[in-house]
Amino acid sequence: MRKLFALLFTLCCACSLARAQERPVAFTGATLIPVSGPEVRDGVLVVHRGKIVAAGARSAVRIPQGAEVVDASGKVIMPGLVDTHSHIGGGSGGDSSAPMQPDVRILDSIDVRDASLMRARAGGITTVNVMPGSGLVLSGQTLYLKLRRGGVVDELTLRDARGEIAGGIKMANGTNPLRPGSTGPHPGTRSKAASLVREQFTRAQEYREKVRRAGGDRAKLPPRDLALEALAEALDGRRTVHFHTHRHDDILTAVRLSKEFGFRVVLHHVSEAWKVADEIARARVPSSIIMIEAPGGKLEAMDVSLTNGAALERAGALTGLHTDDYITDSRLFLRSAALAVRAGMTREGALRALTIAGAEMLDMKDRVGSLETGKDADFVILSGDPLSTYTKVLETWVEGARVFDRANPQDRLYAVGGFGAGRDQKLHYGCYEDAEGEGSR
Amino acid sequence: MTCRRFQSPRLKFEIPNLRFQISNLIPALVLFVLAPLSASAQIAVRGETVHTMAGAPLRDGVVLVRGGKIERVGPASSVQVPAGYRVVTARVVTPGLIDAHTVVGLSGYLNQPHDQMQIERSAAIQPELRAIDAYDAREKLVEWLRGYGITTIHTGHGPGALVSGQTMIVKTAGDEVDEAVVIPVAMVAATLGDAGLAEGSRAPGTHSKMIAMLRAEFLKAQEYDRRQQAAKEGERPARDLRAEMLARVLKRELPLLVTVHRARNIVAALRLAKEFNLRMVLDGASEAYLVTEQIKAAGVPVVVHPTMARAGGETENLSMETASVLRKAGVRVALQSGQEPYVPKTRVVLFEAAAAASNGLSFDEALSAVTIEAARLLGVEARVGSIEAGKDADLALFDGDPFEYTTHVTGVLVNGRLVSEERR
Repeated sequence: MRKLFALLFTLCCACSLARAQERPVAFTGATLIPVSGPEVRDGVLVVHRGKIVAAGARSAVRIPQGAEVVDASGKVIMPGLVDTHSHIGGGSGGDSSAPMQPDVRILDSIDVRDASLMRARAGGITTVNVMPGSGLVLSGQTLYLKLRRGGVVDELTLRDARGEIAGGIKMANGTNPLRPGSTGPHPGTRSKAASLVREQFTRAQEYREKVRRAGGDRAKLPPRDLALEALAEALDGRRTVHFHTHRHDDILTAVRLSKEFGFRVVLHHVSEAWKVADEIARARVPSSIIMIEAPGGKLEAMDVSLTNGAALERAGALTGLHTDDYITDSRLFLRSAALAVRAGMTREGALRALTIAGAEMLDMKDRVGSLETGKDADFVILSGDPLSTYTKVLETWVEGARVFDRANPQDRLYAVGGFGAGRDQKLHYGCYEDAEGEGSR
Repeated sequence: MTCRRFQSPRLKFEIPNLRFQISNLIPALVLFVLAPLSASAQIAVRGETVHTMAGAPLRDGVVLVRGGKIERVGPASSVQVPAGYRVVTARVVTPGLIDAHTVVGLSGYLNQPHDQMQIERSAAIQPELRAIDAYDAREKLVEWLRGYGITTIHTGHGPGALVSGQTMIVKTAGDEVDEAVVIPVAMVAATLGDAGLAEGSRAPGTHSKMIAMLRAEFLKAQEYDRRQQAAKEGERPARDLRAEMLARVLKRELPLLVTVHRARNIVAALRLAKEFNLRMVLDGASEAYLVTEQIKAAGVPVVVHPTMARAGGETENLSMETASVLRKAGVRVALQSGQEPYVPKTRVVLFEAAAAASNGLSFDEALSAVTIEAARLLGVEARVGSIEAGKDADLALFDGDPFEYTTHVTGVLVNGRLVSEERR
């Protein structure tokens, strides 16, 4: 019944979108940054029924009959940004009752009407991995969203290859999940935290083996365990583990655990990536990094560096960027790429880090992250170069629908701020919201 | 940009079996190595564009530096570089930047209890707390800001208590506070609104109580000062350090720096300023754009919150355009890095000015908000804030538009010394 409802719901959404997109739209004259190839001056982007129909030089693109033609000369169009780590929507994950809670879904607590989602659209973000915090060893299941305009979370979710709601698992090491001097259930040391992870994943291996042996025979299936089920999905590669980690040794601990159990991992923050970039690249593990303009704030971020992007790129590691909103502001996500370039990353690498690299980390490389025919019509229209301070996000489009328009006063309010832009949100810092004992100290 | 850990140069010599010999050599070594870089060094800074902030920018300008001061400034066609001057070139030269409000130096980068000295919560009103007693001139964040061209900071006790203590103005160079200090007592810091409320059932527990407590304290200070003045020699009442500080505020010797965000709280602050004829500086002021006329009429300058500050709670309505709105209304405006509780542990006011320059302020207005206008607001414009002969030789060098994200700071001078050549 639930599946039927979901199907109907998806169909309804699809229908309404299709209606809105009966006519192709052609944006002409803009500089296109396809990310998948070289930049195109005086380009044309054609979108239809939520998909990109064509993207290329004016001479190479045929504008379909009956298309609505929008003059975008002087502007820059690039793929919608992919934020691989965010806390928009005010959601929460596991509570303080246990260190590992893989059965808890952030899906069940997100408010998609929160102003933070409008700010993310204002920043050009179209795809986002919304995560629970890092105050636990494993704080729950993350959620991959498209920032479609919608009043309930189901209108924004994505389906994975099996038709399930797409998302990963959030884990953390280093100081945030530790409670020094703890007598349980939370770990007091790094080794204990790693030990808890090994213990749980070992149980998940056994659970998965029982399920496999049952061979679909209900009578032989073990009692359903939602927590082990989620970990088993990670073991099967169906759920990526998004691993918050800062210090060089913690980074390698995350890599070690992923190798031991064979779960797919994306390293997040990776503050000391510059110290172990070669090791990260050799392990073929992707990194989603954050651009922080000053060191410290906590001990494990004392050596955080804007050079992480450059170091990982040089080492040949897949590198993406994230906002970790509220740590950095979704409206300024382009700025993160610019700061990475300031510290030595290539322009191309930084633009990939905002788009296709993140898409790959979220298993959406075939749908989003570049301006290519057949991909979702997720793109941003900029007033100028994406790496310039003076550039504004003018419009953000998701699947052929405009979800942010700076010319609209209400949308502009979210982009710039002002009276009524916020409503009374709780200020929280995603990285440590649950970390008792860490706090503002 | 590198991210090496801060290391005091002296520590490098403390290898036990070498210490004795080397320590004997240190004075000689220091003299030998530092002599060319000392305050008496003569440097000519040549910039393709020199924003003097005293008149139109110079194309191909030269700034001569001698004895820690700016000796001469003008176009290269008319300013000869004398023999013996080290020539340093840059695409763009600006005055050393001024951060009009921070807590850096009292607040350190480790964010551990031992390096967080910006707020003392034992009492609601403690104007007697001096900033110079808690400032760590060697703090990594001081060095960090300096690397981004920030040469003067207004720092001290932060927001978070009704009256949290004193602030001061320092240069970002110098190993000890005495070398760094420009003005040891700059302002008395107060906080109105939610951020200044005390915890639990302690006072102040409401916004009205805050004003009531301040009025009572100012009346007490008035009375104290009156009795001190009236007393005959040898019969003066016992000194009260707290009342003395507030009396200095009442006598307009020091401004009251009021961190406040909601429009209603801003208006309450202005009411207090009027009642006691205070010199006031508004700080933060998220909703200032709602009461611009009142602020303008009161003649009160504003150190606007960081342009990119996070919105939430009583700052939920902040706008990236507030500095622009106030400036256009004729209110004196400066920018700040503010106070950060977590990651990053400080903002960089250069970036906040850049964000303001893309949100309503012109390039010149944004640059002035971190140079000459900030200097005027802080009362240090005779020494810093512009590139003019006779002023301190504080300069920031860039390889492009200072506000572009991808531009680098290529050099920084403080008091005529090239303190950073790291490309950052």
